[in-house]
Amino acid sequence: MVDIRLASEVPLFDIVADSTEPKHLVTPGSLITKETGFMRGHGTYMQDDCLYASVAGVVERVNQLISVRPLKSRYHGEIGDVVIGRITEVSQKRWKLDTNARLDSVLLLQSVNLPGGELRRRSAEDELSMRQYLKEGDLVSAEVQNIFNDGALSLHTRSMKYGKLSQGCLVKVSPSLIRRQKTHFHNLPCGASIIMGNNGFVWICPTLHEDVAGGFVQNLETVPHADRQAISRLRNCVTALAQCKMMIYDTSIMHAYDASINAGFEIKDLLLPDKITEIALMVRKQFEMEKE
Amino acid sequence: MSIAPQLLRGPSLMAEILLSEAEKAFIHHGDDLRCDGRTRLDYRPIILETGLVSNASGSSRLRLANSDVLVGVKVELASPLSEKPLEGRLEFFVDCSANATPEFEGRGGEDLANEICRFLQMSYMSGDTINLSELSVLAGQQCWVLYVDILILECGGNLYDTVSLAVKSALYTTQIPSIKVATMDGDQPELELSEDPYDTKRLNTQNVPCLVTLMKIGNHYLVDPTPEEECCSSSGVVVAVSGSKKITAVRKIGSGSLHPESLVSMLKTASEVGAVVNKILMKKLLEEETAGKTQKVGFMR
Repeated sequence: MVDIRLASEVPLFDIVADSTEPKHLVTPGSLITKETGFMRGHGTYMQDDCLYASVAGVVERVNQLISVRPLKSRYHGEIGDVVIGRITEVSQKRWKLDTNARLDSVLLLQSVNLPGGELRRRSAEDELSMRQYLKEGDLVSAEVQNIFNDGALSLHTRSMKYGKLSQGCLVKVSPSLIRRQKTHFHNLPCGASIIMGNNGFVWICPTLHEDVAGGFVQNLETVPHADRQAISRLRNCVTALAQCKMMIYDTSIMHAYDASINAGFEIKDLLLPDKITEIALMVRKQFEMEKE
Repeated sequence: MSIAPQLLRGPSLMAEILLSEAEKAFIHHGDDLRCDGRTRLDYRPIILETGLVSNASGSSRLRLANSDVLVGVKVELASPLSEKPLEGRLEFFVDCSANATPEFEGRGGEDLANEICRFLQMSYMSGDTINLSELSVLAGQQCWVLYVDILILECGGNLYDTVSLAVKSALYTTQIPSIKVATMDGDQPELELSEDPYDTKRLNTQNVPCLVTLMKIGNHYLVDPTPEEECCSSSGVVVAVSGSKKITAVRKIGSGSLHPESLVSMLKTASEVGAVVNKILMKKLLEEETAGKTQKVGFMR
C-alpha cells in the first residue's frame, strides 16, 4: 500500500547508461574555444572574440560550424513529424495546440477533414461549429505541414489515421528520446495501440481498428479490464525507459513489456526505482543479445 | 474510531490541468486499476531523507513521485501562552517556492501556503498528537517553541500528504538541547544550556498525525491522486490521522458535494490508511536512525 524508501537505498538511474567516453559537455557561460574562424551555431554566443555556450549540452562540430545540442529542451519541429497536441484555444478559423514546443502550434480549419470526408470550401457555418469538433482539452494527433516565420508549427490532420484521440493514457517524455521512424503508429501485440509523437507525447490506447472513421467518432464505452492492464503496463514501461534516458520506439517498448511480464512484476511495481533500473538493464541486455 | 475533528471547507488545491472528455471517461471507468496500475488505496513511491540541513535542529526531505518538500525545525526559547503556561508550542510556516510550479509565481502560492499552514496547525491542536508539556522549561515563564519551516520545492499533486509526512520525519529527528534551571537569582531564574552539543532530548512523535487525501471519483475514492485524477474529481477530504488511528482534523476540498454516508466511509478508510502510513514511516525512520551516520545523498541526484 505504501512504499517508503530512504534516499540511500534508491539506485542511481545512470547505472544503465553506456560507459563510453564523456563527450564535450558544457554549461551555460563556459568557454568552447578561443580560436576564430568558426561559425557560430545554435546554443552559442560570441563575446570578445571567444565562443561561449549558452545552453547546457554537448558540443557538436561540423566542419567550421560549432553548435551546442542541449540535453533537455523544448520540441523543435520538422516538416513531416507526427505530433500529439492538446487544444488550448479555439480562435477564428484555427485551433491553438500545446505541443511542448516554444510556441503553441496552429491547426487551421482548412487543414482538418470534415465529417463524412467531404471536400469543399469551409463556410461561415463551419467556423461557428469549430467547438463541436475540437474544444479546449481535446487531444489530437497531427502532422507538421509547415513552419511559420516565428517558429510556430502549422499542423494538419488530412489523413484518416490522424484526428481526435479517444480513451487512453498520455505519457510525456523528453522529445530527444523519441526516435524518428517510418511509422509512429503501432498496434502492439499485447492488446494496445501506441502513437509516439515526435514532440515527446506518447499516446497509449486500446487497439485501434482500421475500419473506425478517423477523427470524429469518440468511443466512451468502458474499456475491458485486460486492455486496461496492458495500457497501464505500457505506460509504466515508457516512463521507466524515459527515466533511464533510453530511446523510445516500438521495439524498446515491447522489450520492456516482455521483460516486465517475464520477471513477474506487477504493474504497480514498475513505479519503484529499483524495478525501473532492472527493466532498463534487461532491455539493454536484450539489445546486446540481438546484435550478436 | 473516535473523532475529535474540526471540519473546515476549503477551495480546490491544484490548478486545473486540461483533460479531454475521453480521458476523463477512461479514468472514471477504472475499476480498482488506475492509469499507472495502482489500486485505489496505493501510494506512489516515497523517498525520504533526514538530517540534510545542518544548522537546523531537525530536518527532512520527502519526495512523493513528483512532489518534493523540504522541512527544517528550529527550536527557540520563548514565553508560553498565558492560557497554556505549562506547554510549549509549534509554529508552522509554509513557503511555496516559485520553482515548484508556474502558478506559484509571485504571490500565487500564498493562498495554498496559508491553507496548508492552518490545517497543520489544526491537526496538531488535539492533545493526542504531541505532548507539548515536554517542551516546557519553566512553568509560566519559559518554554521551547518549535518553528517548523516547510519549503515546497516541486508540486506534483497530493501536497498535503507529502508535507505532513515530511513534518513528521523532521520532528522525529529534532534534537532539543538539555536545559538546567540554575538557582533563582532574586526574581530572575538562570537557565543553563548544556555544554555538550549531543546532550539533547527528542520528542515522542509516535502519535504525530499524517494527512491522508481522499478524492472522490464516481462512486469510489482514491488515495494519493495524480494531477489528472484530481482534475476528474470534484470533491474530496483531507483527514489528519494520528498514530493511534484517531482522526484529529478533517477538511473538505473541492467544490462538489459529499453525501453524509460517503463522508463517514471515507473517514473510516482514511483512518485505516493513515494508520498503515504512520507505521511504515516510523519503521523507516527507526531504520535510518539505527543505520547511523551514512553519506548524505542530498540534492545532487
